[in-house]
Amino acid sequence: MATPEVGAGETRPPAQRPQGRMEGISQASARIPFKLKVAVVWIVIFLVLAFLFNAADFDTQFMRDRADFVLKGLTYTILIALASIVLAVVLALLGALGRLSRNPVAYGVSGFYASFFRGTPLIVQLFLITFALPVIVGNLGLPQSFEELLTLDPFVAGIVGLGLNYGAYMTEIFRAGIQSVSHGQTEAADALGMTYPQKMKRVVLPQAFRVIIPPTGNEFIAMMKDTALVGFLGVVVAQAEIFRRAQLVAAADFKPIEAYLLAAGMYWALTAVFTFFQSRLERRISKGYVRGGTTTAKEKKAQFMSASAAGGAGGGAGMAEIDTEEDVSGPELKGQGH
Amino acid sequence: MTSVGNGQAVVRVENLYKRFGDLEVLKGIDMEVDKGEVVVIFGRSGSGKSTLLRCVNFLEDPTSGMIEVAGVRLEGGHRTKGKREQVRQLRIKAGMVFQSFNLFPNMTVIGNVTEGPITVKGIPEGDARSIGMDLLAKVGLSDKADEHPIRLSGGQQQRVAIARALAMEPEVMLFDEPTSALDPELIGEVLAVMKSLATDLHMTMMVVTHEMGFAREVANRMMFFNEGVILEQGTPDEMINHTKYPETKKFFEAVL
Repeated sequence: MATPEVGAGETRPPAQRPQGRMEGISQASARIPFKLKVAVVWIVIFLVLAFLFNAADFDTQFMRDRADFVLKGLTYTILIALASIVLAVVLALLGALGRLSRNPVAYGVSGFYASFFRGTPLIVQLFLITFALPVIVGNLGLPQSFEELLTLDPFVAGIVGLGLNYGAYMTEIFRAGIQSVSHGQTEAADALGMTYPQKMKRVVLPQAFRVIIPPTGNEFIAMMKDTALVGFLGVVVAQAEIFRRAQLVAAADFKPIEAYLLAAGMYWALTAVFTFFQSRLERRISKGYVRGGTTTAKEKKAQFMSASAAGGAGGGAGMAEIDTEEDVSGPELKGQGH
Repeated sequence: MTSVGNGQAVVRVENLYKRFGDLEVLKGIDMEVDKGEVVVIFGRSGSGKSTLLRCVNFLEDPTSGMIEVAGVRLEGGHRTKGKREQVRQLRIKAGMVFQSFNLFPNMTVIGNVTEGPITVKGIPEGDARSIGMDLLAKVGLSDKADEHPIRLSGGQQQRVAIARALAMEPEVMLFDEPTSALDPELIGEVLAVMKSLATDLHMTMMVVTHEMGFAREVANRMMFFNEGVILEQGTPDEMINHTKYPETKKFFEAVL
């Protein structure tokens, strides 16, 4: 088989082969930039969809008429997302500190919190908070003021529910971020005589936030879409977000295609804008100082040597509140950028 | 034995034991460091010398024994109420310089130096900055004050780390292999700063290092660690030239 003649034939450059029509096309195609081809694909998809909707009696005039009404929901969608992410960040920080604590109460409470809110559907949580909580409180026979406090307005209940749910997921992001700060940093803070809050505020969290911010941006974008669930909680029309308004429009004139496409388009535009800013932010952060910039390969080796000199116990600080065992499994962000 | 010998102990270590799981790293250490004294601690990897230093400021909680730094006296091994605060008070008296520098990358050089005075001691920012600039001048890095540590060489970073520790006006400076992570050509600048601390400021120092040239020149006393005990101690001359122990001799043959 492997005769010299056959081998020579196989290595002949393709250009010398007689050109068929298909090859001519593929060569021409190779000159068109990939991005342009992708853009064409997108345009084709839009045209097909437009044709389909047109065939399905798509009422563009109706859509334009109601766009204003649905668009007013944008403010509330963003408002819900912003308020929820603030709550989620606070809860995630507390949750992460709890998960890293040696205090059994803090560890247990944060574990329960993360488990429950990650283990049950968001919509169920929203319904529990909006509809079940007032009944529970009422049946317990608590003082009137307390009952009023826990009977949340659906709009507020939506924010609380989203915040609790996303906070539970973000607990892991925050925990990983805090653990990404090297043990040497907490030791240096300890050696200066800092208290635990000082150490967290001045040394650990500022460094952890560089790791935490990009995924938190992703969570925020995901949350903006989940704000649509608040539409099921019976928010008054004046405060209704995009999806609730789309529902109202769809039901009033039985125009589901127009109404829900309008809503989908708005969510899509919203997430596209925030994704753009998110990726810019991410790039900016990775360009900044490199966390653990002092850690060269040589130094890592030195750290390893000193750790083994200390009996291989990880050099855990006796009084440190952070669980050193967890440090080992923490994500490494060394060598990021730079 | 010591050339300082003024009887004012800044650091006292009594019957110190440290165990990591089954491994006993320190087996009953007794030692004192007098005011203004420079003690160089050396020995093989795993002999317990770094652990001793880390026990002195409770980065490691001793399994048992007593530690006293500038009058703050604390027993190891017990988690008593208020101990965390006592440990903090002790740490304020003891400046620590790490092998891996551990500068705060989120702060500038001057920010690193003033962090302790401002956050821990509550000194006003302006005052802290002038203290910090003085110290940066001492370590020869005034022009780098507003840089971030990442932009500095290892030797420069370690000098900043020394300034950071000094800014707390400690009674004793603890150096944990301060030049081990440095490229050979950068070691000299750090040792020079350490030497000037000893000779110009008469700083009390405990130095874990294998830099025997530095020890010979600066140390009042050298201490050889072997398997968790102080096998031998004496002046640099006594230790380097007239050691009685084959372990010490073997070590010198390896490093000199």
